[in-house]
Amino acid sequence: MAPEDIFKLLATEFGDAVESTTFDGGHPHVTIKPASWPGVALFLLENAKLRLNLLRSITALDLLADDKLACVYDLMHVPTDDPETLITDTFEIAVRVVTDRNSPVIPSVAHVWAAADWHEREAFDLMGIHFSNHPDLRRILCTDDWVGHPLRKDYVFPLEYHGIPATTEFELTNPRH
Amino acid sequence: MTQFAFPWNPDVEKPQFAVATRAVILAVILAALAVACNWVTSSFLDGHPLGTLLVVFFIMGSCLSLVVAGIIKTWRGVGRMLFRFALVIFIGAVLSAGFGVWLVNMLFTWISVDLVANTANDPAVMSWFGASLTVGEMQSAIGWLPSWIVITLWPLQFPLIRDLTALGAIVGLFNIIPVYLIWWERKVAGRIQSRLGPMRVGGWHGWAQSFADGVKLILKEDLIPDDADSKLYRIAPYFAIIPSMLAFVGLPFGMTYVFRELDVALVFVLGMLGIEVLAVILAGWASNNKWSVYGAMREAVQMVSYEIPMGIALLIPVICVGSLSLQTIGDSQSGGWFSWLVFTNPFCFVAFICYYMASLASCKRAPFDLPEAESELVAGFVTEYSGFRWSLFFFAEYAAMFVVCALAVILFLGGWHSPLPAAWSVHVTDLLGDNVATRGIIGLLFNSPVWLFVKALFLLYVQIWLRWTLPRIRIDQVLYACIQVLLPLTMLLLLGVTLWTWAQTSDNAGWHLFSDIVNWVLGIGGFIFLLGFPAIAAFGFYHRRRMVGNLAVEALPAS
Amino acid sequence: MSDTVLESQPDLLVDHDSGTQGDLRTEEMLINMGPQHPSTHGVLRIVLRTDGEMVLEAIPHIGYLHRCAEKIGENVQPYQFIPYTDRMDYLAGMNNNQGFALAIERLAGIEVPARAQVIRVILAELNRIASHLVSLGTYGLDMGAFTAFLYCFREREMILDMFEAACGARLTYSAITVGGVHDDLPEGWIERCREFLDYFEPKINDYNNLLSFNQIFVKRTSRVGIISIDECLAYGATGPMLRGSGLRWDLRKTQPYDGYETYDFEVPIAYPAGVNGVPAGVVVGDCWSRYYVRVLEMTQSVRIIRQAMDRLPEGPTEAPKLKNIKLPDDEVYVEVENPRGQLGFYVRGDGSAIPARVKARGPSFCNLSITTKVCQDVLLADVPAIVGSIDVVMGEVDR
Repeated sequence: MAPEDIFKLLATEFGDAVESTTFDGGHPHVTIKPASWPGVALFLLENAKLRLNLLRSITALDLLADDKLACVYDLMHVPTDDPETLITDTFEIAVRVVTDRNSPVIPSVAHVWAAADWHEREAFDLMGIHFSNHPDLRRILCTDDWVGHPLRKDYVFPLEYHGIPATTEFELTNPRH
Repeated sequence: MTQFAFPWNPDVEKPQFAVATRAVILAVILAALAVACNWVTSSFLDGHPLGTLLVVFFIMGSCLSLVVAGIIKTWRGVGRMLFRFALVIFIGAVLSAGFGVWLVNMLFTWISVDLVANTANDPAVMSWFGASLTVGEMQSAIGWLPSWIVITLWPLQFPLIRDLTALGAIVGLFNIIPVYLIWWERKVAGRIQSRLGPMRVGGWHGWAQSFADGVKLILKEDLIPDDADSKLYRIAPYFAIIPSMLAFVGLPFGMTYVFRELDVALVFVLGMLGIEVLAVILAGWASNNKWSVYGAMREAVQMVSYEIPMGIALLIPVICVGSLSLQTIGDSQSGGWFSWLVFTNPFCFVAFICYYMASLASCKRAPFDLPEAESELVAGFVTEYSGFRWSLFFFAEYAAMFVVCALAVILFLGGWHSPLPAAWSVHVTDLLGDNVATRGIIGLLFNSPVWLFVKALFLLYVQIWLRWTLPRIRIDQVLYACIQVLLPLTMLLLLGVTLWTWAQTSDNAGWHLFSDIVNWVLGIGGFIFLLGFPAIAAFGFYHRRRMVGNLAVEALPAS
Repeated sequence: MSDTVLESQPDLLVDHDSGTQGDLRTEEMLINMGPQHPSTHGVLRIVLRTDGEMVLEAIPHIGYLHRCAEKIGENVQPYQFIPYTDRMDYLAGMNNNQGFALAIERLAGIEVPARAQVIRVILAELNRIASHLVSLGTYGLDMGAFTAFLYCFREREMILDMFEAACGARLTYSAITVGGVHDDLPEGWIERCREFLDYFEPKINDYNNLLSFNQIFVKRTSRVGIISIDECLAYGATGPMLRGSGLRWDLRKTQPYDGYETYDFEVPIAYPAGVNGVPAGVVVGDCWSRYYVRVLEMTQSVRIIRQAMDRLPEGPTEAPKLKNIKLPDDEVYVEVENPRGQLGFYVRGDGSAIPARVKARGPSFCNLSITTKVCQDVLLADVPAIVGSIDVVMGEVDR
């Protein structure tokens, strides 16, 4: 199924949920409004024609110029009807959900794809996007008491962490000897 | 800063010692010492022949200390650290040798002059020491030996002296068996894994590797975790090592080579082996580490379960022979290959296999090495141990491995007897005449501790082989194998062997023919099984694959 | 064990018929497995809630090796980021290089010369063998079998020697770069590789004899950690995990890259007991299946390498004019089939030479997230079995 067909299907099912679609470029994607994203996700997974059952990746983007944050969900259809024969027919789409940069909240889809659990935790940890209804939204890669979200464009790296120098600047300003 | 120099580092320039000059000086000094000692003793001891003993021991002690010092100095990696002790060791050894010999000399003089000379007056003293021969009697009995040798041999007739000698031998054996088993295991593991194993320390195939490890372990800091139960933590390794040393007390290495002839030696040895579980539980609990507790609990579960099939399997040869004395059981198998208990009846044959599996479990050997399973429990009950205390656990484990294998040999595989019937030794005596050399030949051919060691080491080799081949099984499978397989099986075997032994008492010729056929079948089957080992080895050697051409590397043992 | 647990996992009744049945529930204990634990393959930390030998819950904690490679990717040029991809999945550096290089090539529209493509396939497939050898060996270690580990590493050492000859490094290669490969293969390398493959192929039988079909090994790993295809897909578990659950799915077939569509190879999957020599007791989707799929994949990799060596064309190994590539204002998401699963790179350009966003989707990261789901009501000894069969590389999980 080509991305165009899927986007058309989405437009007919969820008319006002689709903000925009992009076909040109290396990564065709559809932009969905945050509020209706869980419903769309469930549709993408459960629709008999689509069955996008593999959530490959969630990429958090910092759109500093637009003062927005975004999440890109890369989805893939893996047919499982006849597992023993080699699978060649497959299709993939990407969904983008854009949210405000100052209070970024996107509804969680961890109940739709279990894989979203860790990916959303990662996005929360590194980009600071809050996922509502996430079962266990904790930092995953950084320590629990880390301050800030490293992947934001305006992130300033701390000089020290619990007295451990993190940059050479810290060494210069706090000579140990 | 001093740079450590290692003997295997070819770049190190060895300092040039004038070895010959030093040796001459040393010999002169020793000779002078000997003359001086001889003069001192002959002056003070009134020319008593025992005085020479002092000289001999003094020189021997000096030489020994010098040799030890030389080894330590030559082995310079540790020598730099140890050399400062070397002089202390040397002086201490000389002094203690002199002092010890003087003490013994006094004792012997007291016995021989004051007591033995007056035996007629006081037989109670004589029997108290247990001696029956005076020096004079011994000298007249073996006159062809120099008198001072007779005098040194004379105290051997005292049970106390014999016990002390045997104790020294057992402690020495107990120390040397784990040291070389560990080295051997590492060599075998290396060959199996297409490595070489230890190659450096000591020169030839790293024979001194275990000694070097021992030195390292003793020099390590004795760490005790802060939250550990300090007293129990310290005492636990001794609970492991002492029982496994005591197990050697009842274990006969030959008909007369035993520390104590016990009527219930089998029960004694098994009991001693069973105490080790206490040490493991103590160690696991006292370490205050969850992984240690897991190891200890697994050990407890495993040992308690496997003691039962192990004990029952050992009862089967006991029923065949009708004695719990290991010497009686061993001596009953003197009739050659076909009289070994494992081949006498099918129940013993299966019981031997059951016993071997259970002994693997009771020694925590793979595939039953769950208590110290490093991929699951880090290191199990020894997680927190280090240094000397850690090594005590391994001494105990390897000694216990030897004991269970020796037990299997004594009970099933003919003990100290060779596959030839002992009765044939008469022909050797006829051929060569009855003298010391003939007795030695008979010992090597028919029955001697050598045979027990050879067979026990073969079983040990199989243990090592299994360890480096098989994965570890899971705790539920361990318990399944014990409770649902081994236990019912050994119970059935016990019943069967009882009936078999009862049937053997009948006069029915047909039955005896049947039992003889079974005996022959099992014996020949066992022989073919034994031949299988060299056959497998030859097959593997013939089909080995080596890299050639561009990828050729140094020839690896198992590639 | 409560009845609900037994109902949810009926195989516990059949296989784990030991003393752990019945109402023997005791005090629960929290136990910390890792980050310094012999069988967590690096710095994975799993907190286990145990009841005796039963593990009721296993919660992985990751991040001990986090270096924020994605932030680095936003600050360096693509060819400078190639060495960082080596350090993600450090056991399969070639495949990681390939993934990132493909992403940049697709974004900037760079054509890779034919010779470079074939060399890429050779290097990537050799690295797949090397990576699977580590997986096999360490899985043997987890099961307590030491010898297979040494055997696997003996052969891996030869592959690393060949990589050293090809690119100068033994672990972090950076050999596959944007637009081709960094160096051409040295003289005599192909003959050496042929010799190695001739030597290596029969060795797979040795691993099978020693480990795969060892009764104890089969008993330890079969019927443990069963994962269905749907569970795999829901958690994003791909690669040998998905094939070990019985789905014939491989990106090299479905979305071929670097000319994989021209090679003749099969995609091995797990079979139930009795089919294709699979020993009794094995269920599709258990630890043994995942393990054995890796063994079979090594054979296929050998096939691919042989074909690639036969067809190796002459020509340049790098696309021309690669200095200061300007990345267009566009984005791309490219996935390649890594030894551990699908490695994805999302790269977003903004017209300059430095990407605006680089995101790596590590297969180990997604595969590991299924741990909590699988490690429920298993024995303590099964946890290393399950984690080992997932075959994680922490450098990639934490990035």
